[in-house]
Amino acid sequence: MYSDKVKDHFEHPRNVGEIPDADGVGLVGNQKCGDIMKMYLKIENDVIVDVKFKTYGCGAAIATSSMATEMVKGKTVQEALQITNKAVMEALDGLPPVKVHCSVLAEEAIKAALEDYYKKQGKEPDFKATGCSHCCRKDEA
Amino acid sequence: MDHFVYADHAATTRIRPEVLEAMMPFLTEHYGNPSSMYEMSDVTEMAILDARRTVAELIGAKPNEIIFTSCGSESDNMALWGILRKKKGHLITTKIEHHAVLHTAEALEKEGYAVTYLDVDKDGLVAPEALEAAIRPDTTLISIMTANNEIGTVEPIRELAAVAKKHKITFHTDAVQAVGHIPIDVNELGVDMLSASGHKFGAPKGIGFLYVRGGVLPLPLIYGGGQERGKRAGTENIAFIVGLAKALELAVAEMEETNRKLTRMRDRLIDGILRDIPYCRLNGSRDKRLPGNVNVSIEFIEGEALLLKLDMAGICASSGSACTTGSLDPSHVLLAIGLTHEVAHGSLRITLGGDNTDEDVDYILEKLPGIVKYLRDMSPVWEDALKNGQAKEYELCTAIK
Repeated sequence: MYSDKVKDHFEHPRNVGEIPDADGVGLVGNQKCGDIMKMYLKIENDVIVDVKFKTYGCGAAIATSSMATEMVKGKTVQEALQITNKAVMEALDGLPPVKVHCSVLAEEAIKAALEDYYKKQGKEPDFKATGCSHCCRKDEA
Repeated sequence: MDHFVYADHAATTRIRPEVLEAMMPFLTEHYGNPSSMYEMSDVTEMAILDARRTVAELIGAKPNEIIFTSCGSESDNMALWGILRKKKGHLITTKIEHHAVLHTAEALEKEGYAVTYLDVDKDGLVAPEALEAAIRPDTTLISIMTANNEIGTVEPIRELAAVAKKHKITFHTDAVQAVGHIPIDVNELGVDMLSASGHKFGAPKGIGFLYVRGGVLPLPLIYGGGQERGKRAGTENIAFIVGLAKALELAVAEMEETNRKLTRMRDRLIDGILRDIPYCRLNGSRDKRLPGNVNVSIEFIEGEALLLKLDMAGICASSGSACTTGSLDPSHVLLAIGLTHEVAHGSLRITLGGDNTDEDVDYILEKLPGIVKYLRDMSPVWEDALKNGQAKEYELCTAIK
């Protein structure tokens, strides 16, 4: 069901943990739907120097979180904002159709963490993380 | 892999060697169509007669009350469509049926039939009083499963069938998880129709049967030749029919001994899991339970991730999380017994079979707590629960790694 890359990232997730003095923290998802991602970013001079995550969810949710953290590390804030769920999926050699929403959640987790970073900097973000609107029925979210 | 444990026997079982041996002649030299007139077909015709007699005897039925089908789902479909299309009316079933019944009931609703889905209690039990209260003047059929495939709860079928009999309503039971696993006698239970599936008890996939009490006359699903007394057309799957009969014979002969062993191993697993894993609950009835069924909800983690980690440790199990149901919602059975979505997502079903050993139980009990701890440690939900005092950090006991 899963590609070797997904299995690898599930079995050996990169960057699991917390950053106590993170510059931006993003929390997306909903336990009722079965997945929640929390992403911590450490940003210096507009560059993401460290990233950690914690995820509650299925294999795909954990693997996409792990891959997303690898993809943002070393990127500038603007570059990180350009990362799409499609890019995360491609980097994992694809996901089963029912798991596409997990990659959306990964993209949203990055956005949510950067949104938090902007706010902490006193800047108004010109983007918005929509959370898990793709996977959950709105009335239950 | 140093250890491999297949613990998903409610999903399917391995074909027993004796069963395959009994089947082989009908996959090789004996290929005559049982409906043909020449002598070579006598062998296959006799084989089916024997198999039908064996199956009937093992469930207390008469041979002409057994209709061989392709699977449990076909049996369920035949029972529901067959009765309701013949005598239009109201169907009563439950919220915890297998999808083979539940989705059939929903399809019937789309065709204009009225259906009542009975609630169950926290253990998954259906109350005979609730059944009686749901009966309407136009109720034509009641369908309630003998044992639940997820939580293993064994329903009070005798009492429920008695209610149906009192009101002269046909009673069907999906006994797919029960036949070959717990004693089944159709007369003692008082059921009019009963579905079974061979691959749940050591026969191959692709064969099942429907018991239909004499005088109860469902319409066929499949029209054609006159096989199965005109109730189910199609040239008989001789080898598989022979295999099903052989498998049931073995299962019934060994049932008492197997169940003693399974019950012991099951209880050891349940007790061990509840002891070693905090924030964990047993789903389903503790005593009215299939001998091989363990179903627990482990809070703050998600079931599919748990299954993948178990698989990496060589353990095959199952879950009722949304990710494993292929939808947004977790198992309808777990929701029906009152679990929240959050708790249902963390469910784990372990179903033991005759091949399992005490070493398998030890191995599961050795691996599971560590895997749970690993997933909790990367779960933001667990992190929150620790912070808000909903849960307390724990150490794994030294006996387990």
